[in-house]
Amino acid sequence: MAKRIDVSDLDIYYGNFLAVEGVNVSIEPRSITALIGPSGCGKSTFLRSLNRMHEVIPGARVEGKVVMDGVDLYGSDVDPVDVRRQVGMVFQRPNPFPTMSIYDNVAAGMRLNSKKMRKSELDDLVERSLRGANLWNEVKDRLDRPGAGLSGGQQQRLCIARAIAVEPDVLLMDEPCSALDPISTLAIEDLMTELKERFTIVIVTHNMQQAARVSEQTGFFNLSGVGQPGRLIEFNPTEKIFSNPDQKATEDYISGRFG
Amino acid sequence: MSSTRTTPPSPPGTGRSVRRPGDRVFAGTAKGAGILILVILAGVTAFLLVEAFPALIAPAEEIPGDGGLVSYIAPLVFGTLLAAVIALLVATPLAVAIALFIGYYAPRRLAQVLGYLVDLLAAIPSIVYGFWGIFWLAPKLVPLYEWLERNLGFIPLFAGPASTTGRTMLTVGLVLAVMILPIISAISREVFLQVPSLHREAALALGATRWEMIRMAVFPYGRSGVVGGAMLGLGRALGETMAVAIVLSVSGGITFNLISSGNPSTIAANIALEFPESSGLDINTLIASGLALFVITFAVNMLARAIVNRRADFSGAN
Repeated sequence: MAKRIDVSDLDIYYGNFLAVEGVNVSIEPRSITALIGPSGCGKSTFLRSLNRMHEVIPGARVEGKVVMDGVDLYGSDVDPVDVRRQVGMVFQRPNPFPTMSIYDNVAAGMRLNSKKMRKSELDDLVERSLRGANLWNEVKDRLDRPGAGLSGGQQQRLCIARAIAVEPDVLLMDEPCSALDPISTLAIEDLMTELKERFTIVIVTHNMQQAARVSEQTGFFNLSGVGQPGRLIEFNPTEKIFSNPDQKATEDYISGRFG
Repeated sequence: MSSTRTTPPSPPGTGRSVRRPGDRVFAGTAKGAGILILVILAGVTAFLLVEAFPALIAPAEEIPGDGGLVSYIAPLVFGTLLAAVIALLVATPLAVAIALFIGYYAPRRLAQVLGYLVDLLAAIPSIVYGFWGIFWLAPKLVPLYEWLERNLGFIPLFAGPASTTGRTMLTVGLVLAVMILPIISAISREVFLQVPSLHREAALALGATRWEMIRMAVFPYGRSGVVGGAMLGLGRALGETMAVAIVLSVSGGITFNLISSGNPSTIAANIALEFPESSGLDINTLIASGLALFVITFAVNMLARAIVNRRADFSGAN
């Protein structure tokens, strides 16, 4: 069940350092929202604040609201563990659990949620998730082998399978293709277009062609100088951002004049 | 193209390729150090075998105790293993818990202080542990042993009669546990901290609680390190001499009764206590028991290696 996310006046801190300032944005369900911008501008930090992974870093905190279908994720009675079960995440570098087999990697999230699941149900779930990640045909004969033995692109799809196995509402992807070759990248992009039928997807990318290819909405983050907080400069439909952006900074970045 | 053909790269390892003097010196030094280990090991083995040989072939009645070499060494081997196993069983869970607390639960300031204090435990000489064991810990444990005898006496381990001095096998095991705690905990702490944040975040992002994250990502990754640390600790417990020699009240042979004053000695403590009074074949006998200890520690290390390697594919090293 894809859900929409409304962010209002979000300030994100590392200790006393204000890293991202004043983000207001609405993320539509069943679509792909891309976040672009130069390194260090806070787009990954913002992404991690959407599933409360930001606060895993000691001293990190946020102020403001992130509302998902009417529920403030930072409400005082909200358990971050529950948030992360609803908002899945795929990281920049593929990170399957090295000590687990391919099967166990996919089943890991489900085992956390509900310990009691019949073997046949779990088998089905693993197959469904691996098919969903377009990986089933490549690994179905070696589900008991370590996930770390796969190629980089396969590992990343395994991580996607692991993330979608728990049926989250939202899928966050932090530069999921930056460590992959073009063929694997294409496979993941195709996968994203399939997945957006079921999930709300937010992707951080340095690859502007990728943002243009896959996303419906694009947000451009920038910072005015070193030590200054990053800001969301512009948030518009992807076509508009890449053809006729509202802001001069966006146009400069996209056309490669800086950054 | 032609230039690459005229100078075919020699395959690695042939030694024909150009090598800088620095590389050669370093490779030689490293190789020498590696060989030195083997030479020392072989030397120690040869010494033990040669010196133990007279005892191995001596007639049974000339060995102390008149029962032959096997019946002389067997209780010692048993006592050594029993004390070490108690120490390991007590120390490992405690050390892992301390390492987890320092690595994942304690506030940073407290974690540093605590880590430092645990390391400091390793700096205390073993004879101090011996005095601590006999003058402080043993008397304190006497009421516990009496309670164990009264209430759990049906278990052979606590059959009693409870020692009135507290100088029992269990006390020795506990003293040894404190002694090996820092090494297991320090190594566990290091491997737990080395768990890549990628794996920890992977677990957290799936909606794992902190404990679930530790079970999913930290324990499996650190397992071989913890086993390695435990084996180092076991090695120290097996070979510990002074603390055992001071604390343990020795009389009698093989028994699983942990709280009485009739205990088998350990190999190392027995050697330390008997050696000054020994001469001739008695010394060969003691060295033979040392050979037995050598074989045990060797076997323990092989076992640990085997445990660590059993699931090498899944170790996270690849």
